[in-house]
Amino acid sequence: MNLHINYKTSKIIGKIFLYLVIVAGALTSLLPFLWMLSGSLKLDNELYEWPIRWIPEICRWSNFSEVLDTIPFLTYLFNTTKLSVIITFLQVVTCCLAAYAFSKIPFPGRDKLFVLYLATMMIPFQVTMIPQYIIMGKLGLRNTHLAIILIQAFSPFGVFLLRQAFVGIPNELSEAARIDGCKELGILLRVIVPLCKASIATLVTFTFTFVWNDYLGPMIYLNKEELRTIQIGIKSFQTTNGVEYTLILAATVMSLAPLIIVYLCCQRYFIESATMSGVKG
Amino acid sequence: MVASGKAQPKPSKVTKKNIVRGYLFLAPNLLGFICFTLIPVVAAFALAFTDWNAFGAPHFVGLENFKTMFGDANFKASFWNNMKYTLLYVPGTIILALLFALALNKKIVAKGAFRVIYFLPYITSMVAVSMIWRMLYNGTYGPINAALKSLGFTNVPNWLADPKWAMYAIIIMCIWKNYGYYMVIFLAGLTGVDVTLYEAAQLDGANAWQKFWNVTFPQLSPTTFFVTITCIISSFKVFDAINVMTEGGPGRSTYVLVYTIYTEAFRNYRFGYASSVALVLFSMILLVTLIQWRGQKKWVEYM
Repeated sequence: MNLHINYKTSKIIGKIFLYLVIVAGALTSLLPFLWMLSGSLKLDNELYEWPIRWIPEICRWSNFSEVLDTIPFLTYLFNTTKLSVIITFLQVVTCCLAAYAFSKIPFPGRDKLFVLYLATMMIPFQVTMIPQYIIMGKLGLRNTHLAIILIQAFSPFGVFLLRQAFVGIPNELSEAARIDGCKELGILLRVIVPLCKASIATLVTFTFTFVWNDYLGPMIYLNKEELRTIQIGIKSFQTTNGVEYTLILAATVMSLAPLIIVYLCCQRYFIESATMSGVKG
Repeated sequence: MVASGKAQPKPSKVTKKNIVRGYLFLAPNLLGFICFTLIPVVAAFALAFTDWNAFGAPHFVGLENFKTMFGDANFKASFWNNMKYTLLYVPGTIILALLFALALNKKIVAKGAFRVIYFLPYITSMVAVSMIWRMLYNGTYGPINAALKSLGFTNVPNWLADPKWAMYAIIIMCIWKNYGYYMVIFLAGLTGVDVTLYEAAQLDGANAWQKFWNVTFPQLSPTTFFVTITCIISSFKVFDAINVMTEGGPGRSTYVLVYTIYTEAFRNYRFGYASSVALVLFSMILLVTLIQWRGQKKWVEYM
């Protein structure tokens, strides 16, 4: 009897400890963002008060409009959205087509070509960025959005991810549709794509987040103010002389808000996309 | 990279029509791939053996760039700093990710909400996050040091302004930002652990640690292996945080490989030399990838 109670109390203590650890971890993940949020509503001389006043005495919402007056944030937002949408769209279309060829249309040399895709997948952008920059210079595309689009729209990773999904669909299905008189494009759109929605959603989330947060690519190519994306826009705002810290925080809030909202609405896709690209990668 | 091993019934006969169709479907992606990935890859290797500096014509210089590298203080600093980063960032990230994955794998209220919170820093932009942490790390006024002081520490580090501490500050922030991603992958791996093995261990009277060490850990080894490889490769490519927080400084204390490649190529326009540093980075990644390919065979069989 006594032993039983001991077992029970130790179980309860274990549970309490477990929750303490989990809550502490979650708080650590959140606190920098909460600090940013509260700081973005303060005056500069209130920012570093200790202990931290999480809810400012007077919320200075004007910080946000001041940011909008100082930097062309809406232009940055438009540019980032434009690049993310176009690149994601091109990725999905070209990768679907290529993955279909790699999985459902047998032709000589196909598998060798696929091995070439695989081999380049591990070569990071940092290795190819210099020749790409030279090529873009020759094409006269430096300081254009097109340069970023061309570099990021045809990733071998997307082809690989979708091919893995398409291969998993039995050939009987596509064969049956072919016998019914379906054209290849029809098979892809009506048979394969509906069955591989999860993988396509993974590619969309992965690409969109990557382009949205990308820093190195835009930094190399986009030097004109009107071409800048959010990431390089807020970075240059940070390095401007004499800018108040709380305004920088307001700018980071504005830069993070769109993607965090999308994330909270579709978190399932984000987490599944991590799992899928992770476990299958 | 698991190829499907199952034999499928042969699709329609290989015909000329298939060649045309195949290449038509491939064309949009293949063209972009050749122009903006394949040619640059080949060119990157060639450039590494030239002295091209964006002005004038490139000359073949053999291994000259690599000789220069061994005398270049920036390169040497960036190589060793990168090693330091990898050696601390990778174990730190993996241990935290595994611990929290094990904790969240228990029966927990609001498990989904916790997962969303832990994953949040990973999807946010490194630029924005680095800008926030730069303020948090402020040596005189920053809340991190204020918290440390109120806990009784008197000799608090000056974080990003101190060459001894700057790299650690960046490592801590990067672990904080990324471990949630690896935790999610561990959680997925944990769902694959055979539950009956725990029951068997329970019958044998195993305690929690024995259950972890003899059941969970071996069952999880393919995931751990994958996570380690991915984490190492990503640690070789660290850049955004450093460019925003320290620009390689103070001194050379946070110079890393990609930072050197970036500054040599796009500030000094030494395309040839920068390419040869990029080739070093590539060789490191290749080495780890080869280990992965060898290991994967073993682990896949094991599964």
